Amino acid sequence: MSAPQLQALYQEIILEHYRTPHHKGLREPFDAEVYHLNPTCGDEITLRLHLDGDLVADVSYEGQGCSISQASASVMADLVIGKPLADALDVHEEFLRLMQSKGEATPDEDVLEDAVAFVGVSRYPARIKCALLAWMAWKDAAAQAVAEAGGAA
Amino acid sequence: MDVAVTYDVSVIRKDFPILQREVRPGVPLVYLDSAATSQKPLQVLDAMRDYNEHHNANVHRGIHTLAEEATALYEGARAKVATFIGAADPREVVFGKNSTEALNLLAHVLPFGPGDEVVITEMEHHSNIVPWQLACQRTGATLKWIGLTDDGRLDLADLDRVITERTKVVAFVHQSNLLGTVNPVAEVAARAKAVGAYVVLDASQSVPHSPVDVGSLGVDAVAFTGHKMCGPTGIGVLWARLELLESLPPFLGGGEMIDEVTMAASTFAAPPHKFEAGTPPIAQAVGLGAAVDYLGELGMTAVHAHEQALTAYLLEGLGAVPGLRVIGPQDMTARGGAVSFVLNGIHPHDVGQFLDEYGVAVRVGHHCARPACLRYGVPATSRASLYLYTDTSDIDALITGLERVRSFFG
Repeated sequence: MSAPQLQALYQEIILEHYRTPHHKGLREPFDAEVYHLNPTCGDEITLRLHLDGDLVADVSYEGQGCSISQASASVMADLVIGKPLADALDVHEEFLRLMQSKGEATPDEDVLEDAVAFVGVSRYPARIKCALLAWMAWKDAAAQAVAEAGGAA
Repeated sequence: MDVAVTYDVSVIRKDFPILQREVRPGVPLVYLDSAATSQKPLQVLDAMRDYNEHHNANVHRGIHTLAEEATALYEGARAKVATFIGAADPREVVFGKNSTEALNLLAHVLPFGPGDEVVITEMEHHSNIVPWQLACQRTGATLKWIGLTDDGRLDLADLDRVITERTKVVAFVHQSNLLGTVNPVAEVAARAKAVGAYVVLDASQSVPHSPVDVGSLGVDAVAFTGHKMCGPTGIGVLWARLELLESLPPFLGGGEMIDEVTMAASTFAAPPHKFEAGTPPIAQAVGLGAAVDYLGELGMTAVHAHEQALTAYLLEGLGAVPGLRVIGPQDMTARGGAVSFVLNGIHPHDVGQFLDEYGVAVRVGHHCARPACLRYGVPATSRASLYLYTDTSDIDALITGLERVRSFFG
């Protein structure tokens, strides 16, 4: 058995996403592709985003990293795919707030769904970057895709 | 299982109050991160406190009592360090901030330019890579490196091809912080000397753990840092032959490093002060002096023997963990007590986080040696590293922790 602190960090839902990640493997079509690296630990992700009008039509990714960063990518893709971009950005904001909460927040499960499991991560300053890696990559890709679409319009 | 020890570790451990603390209630600290920084014995902490309580003043200026005492303590520490590493003269010991600063200093003042080559190795710490990259960009020189073999050693078959008549500097690590490999200094230095190159040795991981006699290494300059050898942070050492220090231009300019200053130009002090611009880390030098006293009393041969026995015990324990791969030399041939490993499928971050829950402190990541990690196809490793105060129970706690990691993530 492990200590309770660890169970708060590594909730079963995180371990499930880590062992069986959703939406992993780069897919076509896409409007933006980004590569993000966490220089302190070497975790990396290549992420593709496909927009259909203002809808997040698809997110796919490839990468390597710890359980937290890999599970977070999987949960993030589940959350944003199929949402209007503005709503997806709101979820991103909500997740950022959760990560800054030092473990004190009561996350809104209606908004964050499986991502509520990351509340324990926010107690570990060294791991917050792991949880945010995929989200930051996604936001970057969204900005690029929007800029591209704006440029083309 | 017991391993042969050359001194009573349980007695030594009493000198290090931090080793008695708990990380959380009921969870004692198991410190296996000494390659990142060592813990400090009371003797060092007391010396620094005594300095600050009773002798604090600036050095080499003022003629009051405290200034003279502080200067004597600072220069006394230099003499102690010189004796500890076998330097011919205390003036060959330059105090700076750390190894990184010493290596940057050399990269700035050693003479090379367009068409010249600087040679490093693929197992260097970033502190012995980046300063040379910057220097090559600045001067137009070319950076080359010696590659590594699959078993974690320098590929010496490459030596004559990489080090050529154009090579002006060969800079390499004595003992790798990532792999634990102890490099054949004499062989590399001999090839470098044969082409007339300066030889720079990063001894950050060797001076703290084994007897090092700088005069017999066959190198021109050596860098190491205080905080990895029971001393405080904020002080490092550059050793170089006096003739070389005399021939080199200054690095940083400022107070203390001058001879005569006019508004138009300045002349410079003699070594070592030429390379010590500004108020130096005085209390830290006193602490480092106390640290080498401490190490000298234990005897570096005894420290080395203790760590070698424990490293063998560690390798044996790690070898019994299923799915664990040691990155670096697998046996005790020319290796030190920093052992990197990966546990199949489990990221080092998760390993380190999990071990911390049980009080076991290891380092995870690329250990500021990313090129070597890439060479071995791993983005990161976990690293356990020992010191003179480590005992077998520390290693047993690590192995037990790794079994728990496996059952949790497996």
